[in-house]
Amino acid sequence: MSKSELFEERELMNTGHVGCPGCGATIAMKLALRALGDKTMVVIPACCWAIIAGNYPQSALKVPVLNTAFATTGAVCSGLRAALDLRGEKDTTIIGWAGDGGTFDIGFQALSAAAERGDDFIYICYDNEAYMNTGVQRSSSTPWGASTMTTPGASWKRTQKKNIVEIMAAHRIPYTATANIAFPEDLERKLRKARSIRSGLRFIHLFASCPTGWGFAPADAIKISRMAVLSRAFPLYEVEEGERYTINSGGDAPVYDYLRMQNRFRRLSDGDIAMIQEHVNREWERLNRKARG
Amino acid sequence: MKTILEGSQACAEAVRLARVQVVSAYPITPQTHIVEELAKFCSDGSLNGRFLCVESEHSAMAAVIGAAAGGVRTFTASSSQGLALMHEMLHWAAGGRLPIVMAEVNRALGPGWNLWADQTDSLAQRDTGWIQLYCADGQEVLDTTLQAYRLAEAVNLPVMVILDAFFLSHTWEPVDLPAQEEVDQFLPPYAPRFRMDTDHPQSLHGVAPIGVYMEMRRSMQLAMEAVPELLERIEEEFFARFGRRYGPVEPYLCDDADVILVTSGTAAGTARVVVDQLRAEGQKAGLLRIRMFRPFPVRSVHEVLKSALKVAVLDRNCSFGAGGIFASELRSALQGGNPVPVYSYIAGLGGRDITVETIRDCFALTRGTDRPAIESVWLGVKEELLK
Repeated sequence: MSKSELFEERELMNTGHVGCPGCGATIAMKLALRALGDKTMVVIPACCWAIIAGNYPQSALKVPVLNTAFATTGAVCSGLRAALDLRGEKDTTIIGWAGDGGTFDIGFQALSAAAERGDDFIYICYDNEAYMNTGVQRSSSTPWGASTMTTPGASWKRTQKKNIVEIMAAHRIPYTATANIAFPEDLERKLRKARSIRSGLRFIHLFASCPTGWGFAPADAIKISRMAVLSRAFPLYEVEEGERYTINSGGDAPVYDYLRMQNRFRRLSDGDIAMIQEHVNREWERLNRKARG
Repeated sequence: MKTILEGSQACAEAVRLARVQVVSAYPITPQTHIVEELAKFCSDGSLNGRFLCVESEHSAMAAVIGAAAGGVRTFTASSSQGLALMHEMLHWAAGGRLPIVMAEVNRALGPGWNLWADQTDSLAQRDTGWIQLYCADGQEVLDTTLQAYRLAEAVNLPVMVILDAFFLSHTWEPVDLPAQEEVDQFLPPYAPRFRMDTDHPQSLHGVAPIGVYMEMRRSMQLAMEAVPELLERIEEEFFARFGRRYGPVEPYLCDDADVILVTSGTAAGTARVVVDQLRAEGQKAGLLRIRMFRPFPVRSVHEVLKSALKVAVLDRNCSFGAGGIFASELRSALQGGNPVPVYSYIAGLGGRDITVETIRDCFALTRGTDRPAIESVWLGVKEELLK
């Protein structure tokens, strides 16, 4: 498949952004806008992406961006959708583009309400598993075992990452899916599918590795993201109407190989990693049970 | 058309007449009658708009911010705790230069829980960049809401139309309901200066570095400074069409008054009765109702108070550690001009009645005291409960 078949011809992200070298979230935006095209508006709360596009008067994005306060992505998207519908601009796609802090934590209430209202937009959580823009503090998306500035050193996080996909699927929204920057064809297909469904909120949980916060070389951003899927730490799957599960990824790499590539897990003993492996296996089993129906 | 409306209904009727396109709100007593009425209008088609039910006031303001950035006319309403929860987004709406109009029903903040009239909720939002207009009756609520859209859309600042809990929000009064065609001529469709537009992509409300932030804030201040003159022009036009005007301040028998009481909201109605009584008793009493609190009408108060010997300010609010808020603002506004002494009184917090006697006390204490006390004087406090 050629690139032009995969993606819209037009690049909608310019060079000159201010993302860190190897930033997964930046790659994520580039891929998402390629998939969605220029009839797209982006709502961005406080998160890495609030600065990546650049300072006023510059913007690295060739689509309209509405920046907003941390907790508000869901509500702002709903208001913007209502305005566009009243103006007759029904063919414009709105995406809410928030990090894990703005989704799992402070923005969750507004997101849940937008899902319940059935508002017509795509909410994309690019997940780098901590508050990276403020300098790597733990969020409820930070996985068990990770050190951050607020779970420092040996006091690494001892609670599990919230399962945001299950939570969103429980709202019975028409489409919920995971995606990953190392699997651009899968990401593109899911975003196109999400764009075509207009009967409610669509939620994409997009894995975006973070060299700065996780502690790895920028050149390994895609490799690590790929390992997250192949080790089943972050499986690719989609949920339609909150009940029809389809798994889109395989792999059986040891989670050890994924974790040992990152400094944030360096304090873990082999025993700790064995516990994570057990957890990953259990979650994979649970997901497969759901996919079997 | 003359009709009988509740204050809340007068507000909702104005929103309908303004052809607002997106309303978003979260219920809180005593704001509910306004938004229930609007939900009905959206549902029966008398308002061609979308009513967005959200899960909090923070989201209500966020949703109208999204809608206003999308280029449509918007409205929300709140009160007390709800307004406090909105606080962050009040800054966002104003800093984002979005002409949102909100009705704010003045209600006391908890704890303890109290549903009744008290202005501390809206006054605590005075630094958010919202224009604030305090109304005294149902007709004024309707008229002010219509004027608010003209004002907001002219300066790209949001406007809070403020009415006392129950004394105004739940009181039925005769109101002249203007015809839609008349309102359409006064208030044309919203033509946004900027909006989210895929044909002209731009980034709104993003990072403002040190090199531009201060100019953005200066621009807000300049917009505020333009409001008094603009309101005057808008009111001229409103008067020519509808025969009513209010001004940033409303003086009553102030020209020859030696003692002038300054107050706001529904307490002004009672104060007017007291001024009439005192005049009949031979006292040169006057009343100045402040309608526009932000921007503070500095020139107007200078003009009205220029020949008074004493000014008494009656505040239904308190900034703890400072006292009555209108009094503080007035003292500050008078600096460098008229050295008239300002006597500060606090009464009516949490819905306690401000009676004819309360206001007579204000005048009597002001007349009978040589110099204002340093602290605000609290009226009607049950001292035995403080022991």
